[in-house]
Amino acid sequence: MAVIPLAQAINQALREEMRRDDRVIVMGEDVGRRGGVFLCTEGLYEEFGPDRVIDTPLAESAIVGVALGMAIYGLRPVAEIQFADFIYGGFDQIVSNIAKIRYRSGGQFSAPLVIRAPYGGGVKGGLHHSQSPEAYFIHTAGLKVVIPSTPYDAKGLLISAIRDEDPVIFFEPKRIYRSVKGEVPEGDYTVPIGVSRLVREGSDVSLITYGAMVYECEAAAEKAEKEGISVEVLDLRSLLPFDGEAIIKTVRKTGRPIIVHEAPKICGFGAEIAAFIAEREILSLQSPIIRVAGYDTPFPLVHEHLYLPNERRILDAIRKAISF
Amino acid sequence: MQMSIIECAMGAFQIISLDGSADEEHLPELSTSQMLKMYRDMVLARRLDSWLMRLQRMGRVAIHAPSEGQEAAMVGSAHALETEDWVFPSYREMPVYIARGVPISELLNRQFSNEEDPLHGHDMAVYGSRRYQIIPAPVPVGMQIPMAVGFAMAAKYRGEKAVAITYFGDGATSKGDFHEALNFAGVFKAPVVFFCQNNQYAISCPYSRQTATKTIAEKAVAYGFEGVWVDGNDILACYSATKRAIEKARRGEGPTLIEAFTYRLGPHTTADDPSRYREQAEVEKWREKDPIARFKRFLVRRGLWSEEDDAKLYEEIEEDIKREIEQAERKQPLRPDVIFADVYGSEPWHLAEERDELSRLI
Repeated sequence: MAVIPLAQAINQALREEMRRDDRVIVMGEDVGRRGGVFLCTEGLYEEFGPDRVIDTPLAESAIVGVALGMAIYGLRPVAEIQFADFIYGGFDQIVSNIAKIRYRSGGQFSAPLVIRAPYGGGVKGGLHHSQSPEAYFIHTAGLKVVIPSTPYDAKGLLISAIRDEDPVIFFEPKRIYRSVKGEVPEGDYTVPIGVSRLVREGSDVSLITYGAMVYECEAAAEKAEKEGISVEVLDLRSLLPFDGEAIIKTVRKTGRPIIVHEAPKICGFGAEIAAFIAEREILSLQSPIIRVAGYDTPFPLVHEHLYLPNERRILDAIRKAISF
Repeated sequence: MQMSIIECAMGAFQIISLDGSADEEHLPELSTSQMLKMYRDMVLARRLDSWLMRLQRMGRVAIHAPSEGQEAAMVGSAHALETEDWVFPSYREMPVYIARGVPISELLNRQFSNEEDPLHGHDMAVYGSRRYQIIPAPVPVGMQIPMAVGFAMAAKYRGEKAVAITYFGDGATSKGDFHEALNFAGVFKAPVVFFCQNNQYAISCPYSRQTATKTIAEKAVAYGFEGVWVDGNDILACYSATKRAIEKARRGEGPTLIEAFTYRLGPHTTADDPSRYREQAEVEKWREKDPIARFKRFLVRRGLWSEEDDAKLYEEIEEDIKREIEQAERKQPLRPDVIFADVYGSEPWHLAEERDELSRLI
């Protein structure tokens, strides 16, 4: 089996779905000749031509609004927003129109489309190339929100997203586009939306995370192991809907849940997971529910390694949970 | 009309004068029965509109966005469409639905949100139908415009002949979505018609607060396609301009922006009070340009219609509406758990849990 980076797994998913189904169309800024600024759409223009790999005007609202019109017609558009930080220009279309067309129309119309966007920090991108806006979309009924962390999942989840009957916001952790490589089978397979992945088994503490933070959590878990603390790591993969059963299972097992994400803490997705655990499993808890998140500042250019949750901050939370 | 053809330089357009006389050279090819159907649709839309305003005042239906005064723009343009074409309306387009053949029973089921409401009670004041190829309007202004462009691009990609038409008001032309969408359509030569009803008010704000350009039609120039300025109270002018734009789009010659210059005689919605922001004298001036009266004068002048026909038509329509209201009101309300329907194609676990909680408590 080929070992490829995450970005290439995305590329493979797009290519294979476009070969399989001529309803699949890729559109966005610089996705054609340039192959996308992160090269996720590399080679697609050459293979499928300008009618299916559409370089669009620089207009986020129209990109997603036009994708919606195409989806209503019966195509399966995959719209790329060049950076998740630019998605706000299309926010109204996504939240008011795309997310609600099935509901608004009494189920007569739907929006089977995918909006892909690289997200997250760690690339020295500064304020407007580093944000994690997932919470805005998780708060919106009608959308699905997916964030893969491995090349295998990236391909399998993207194929699921393209085939899904509802709109999927697909955020790709850009800092690991190239650095994380993994085995990816050629050809068709899917990873179901809504199901998490148990990255590592442990019995004392549960790290509940997603995206690039999976690797920080794994590193922290290794360190903790040396201190005699057994850490479980759960990669949620899907945030809406999220895998509630798996969260309950790990909380029952360790009693010490720590949620780790890059997005700011206040009203971040960790708040939802914490409330979910508190509502259902309060008697299983051995320690308070702890969140390790981005700070509640705009994303900084300097010292981003201090802003982002890292091994040290996660380890600190693990020790806090154990010593409670 | 204040604006002349020369001023606009883009083909301002009127066929029927206020007195009902016609520009014979530009008369569209329409059979008598087609024209009488158009007239009937206008009257039906006007009467149903008036009933809905009244029913709302009585607390029997929810909010309504009236179309009084704009029937020529809507009925005229909608009659220029073929069945294969798709409509992306805003929230004021009831006359379009009627012209498209939607039965008033269905519109009333919608207004009363009864068990047969095709939208399952999920939104107010809007209507949509796969059967009649109408996409329900998103209430936030202008959001339907990019959708129509995408739909048209998809039809073009598939090599099909369907054209998309999208309706919006003068207020929508201030929004980014309008500009982004028209720019997109120009770039990709999408088979789409942008039909702007400039009714001169966005709730209370007059046209002068939306743009410094003399017309909306001229904005098309900036996007590389044709803009047409048409007398929006002249049904034949609206029909002809739309017909031409639709045929052009179908031939693969790209989009057109049509500005139908008209006037909203009523309030923005049942929740609005226009006396706070405009003089009654202005409204009266525009009542004299009533599009229905004008078309009637045209038909009567040509011997196609009479006062007796007219009285009979109004009577018939009144009876139809009353009967349909009675029937719509007698139907069962929607079940409480309908609020959980149509969120996703298949229900995720968290919605199932919330639905169960609701069922347990009622």
